[in-house]
Amino acid sequence: MSALIFTLRDTPSQRVDLAALTPDRLLGLSESKIAAIELQTTRVRLCAGDLFKIRMGEAMQIRFEGGHERFDRVGANMSKGEINVAGDVGIQAGRLMQGGRLAIDGNAGPWAASGMKAGTISISGHAGERVGGPLAGETVGMRGGVVVVRGDAGARAGDRMRRGLIIVEGRTGIHPGSRMIAGTLIVRGRAGPLPGYLMSRGSIFAMNGSDAVSPTFTDSGVHDLVANSLLASYIQKYSADVAASLRRPWRRLIGDMAVIGKGEIFCPSVLD
Amino acid sequence: MSQLTVNGIRVDDTFAEAFGMRATALTITANSAAWAHQAAVTMTGFATSVIGCGCEAGIDRSLNPDETPDGRPGVRVLLFAVSTSELQKQLQNRVGQCVLTSPGSACYGGLEADEELKLGNALRFFGDGWQVSKRLGPTHYWRIPVMDGEFVCTATTGLSKTAVGGGNIIVMGASVETTLTATERAVEAIAAVPDVILPFPGGIARSGSKVGSKYKGVVASTNDVYCPTLKGTGRSALDRDIASVLEIVIDGLTSAAVAEAMRAGVHAILLLGPERGALRISAGNYGGKLGPHHYYLKDLLP
Repeated sequence: MSALIFTLRDTPSQRVDLAALTPDRLLGLSESKIAAIELQTTRVRLCAGDLFKIRMGEAMQIRFEGGHERFDRVGANMSKGEINVAGDVGIQAGRLMQGGRLAIDGNAGPWAASGMKAGTISISGHAGERVGGPLAGETVGMRGGVVVVRGDAGARAGDRMRRGLIIVEGRTGIHPGSRMIAGTLIVRGRAGPLPGYLMSRGSIFAMNGSDAVSPTFTDSGVHDLVANSLLASYIQKYSADVAASLRRPWRRLIGDMAVIGKGEIFCPSVLD
Repeated sequence: MSQLTVNGIRVDDTFAEAFGMRATALTITANSAAWAHQAAVTMTGFATSVIGCGCEAGIDRSLNPDETPDGRPGVRVLLFAVSTSELQKQLQNRVGQCVLTSPGSACYGGLEADEELKLGNALRFFGDGWQVSKRLGPTHYWRIPVMDGEFVCTATTGLSKTAVGGGNIIVMGASVETTLTATERAVEAIAAVPDVILPFPGGIARSGSKVGSKYKGVVASTNDVYCPTLKGTGRSALDRDIASVLEIVIDGLTSAAVAEAMRAGVHAILLLGPERGALRISAGNYGGKLGPHHYYLKDLLP
């Protein structure tokens, strides 16, 4: 059976919460039931049928034809199936995702993959700030799964990450990997200033260096580690280019010594 | 004992009796095939028999770089013991003392199973707080800082409860040389069979044992009925033309693998013929009441 397709009728007049349109929530629902799902975030009622033209199909495979930066919480809490978005999404895409696959063919707003537990998210464009990060008041960000951002990511990518993998093929804003608890953040482009700010454990790859490295990181020299070839093999299917360029010796910086200092930043052997 | 004769070699109408064992497999890698082999040889040393070594271990086969998790040359090792707790103890001690210490080594679980043994989860404490945990998809690794860089290993390895230990072939010949030649041919043939190891030196045991002894507290003693110097004492199982006896003991991850290994070994001996090789083949058993796995030689003939 073909995918369940939501075709955007018109620009949404308000921010919409699309967390209800996941395979978990739509499985077994009729077209009329789906059309009646409320998506509004203001007092003006807006149902799925008002915003989208719906073409019924396999609910395990959902496709949004057209996106918008007001599309919030796309794929939030999803645990299975697949969501493809042809267009941009708003805040918290894939928030607390537990499994399945979310593919965004466009840009994502802040807090993409926030608190994600498992599954994969790919963003073909740029991601806003705090990819994988926690919301205000939460102590832990992303705790599993894989996020691939083909473009750039905003500030604090991987904030308070606990486990899992984030690959940013472009650049990041300031403080990538801030307050990391564990997990792996790979930045192929230039990492923003002060990577790993207050990180306790975890690994950051600043493959093209960073504008400023905190003096609370110490240099442990250049190493060709087996662990990095295991990582390269693992990410092959997510980002072949990054995998290929990962297989070489890297300078290992240890920190952040301002906290427990068990984290690491891998960067080019000659820091500029 | 009734016998068949195949290609001029007498084959006893008997069976090998084998036992259920707990087993695991490991993939050991290093910067070169030689160092991977060294780590594997060291780890599987003094592991010929559970009677005195705690476990039986050996090399299954060499692995090409494209067959290992880290893309380096490797060796697949199998480890067998009589209980899960003993296997866990042997695994931990042997990997900790022999693989962790070997230059450039890494060690990965080599068996997928529902139940698991601790590997890195036990060895990580060597890191004294500097160890790093990494989960890549379903696999959990530990990175332990060591003096040449890092020792990487998986957190666990699979535990098989359906492994088989004690498959065997008894090879008898007219001289020490021809008997050894025939047995060596069998060992070479079995090396190509996956999922089995031959735990004795070079795959061959020259001092097969029987259960018990005339002496109190001795659990195993020489298999006197197969000792050529004791021919004529009344209990000997040897014919007048036999002057030397060697035994191949086989442990496998599955009963089918043990049967396949015995088949390969028996075929190789029969192919060599009686002039240059063995005059007679037999197998060891305890009357069939102790071990659940019986491998009849007549079922393994070409």
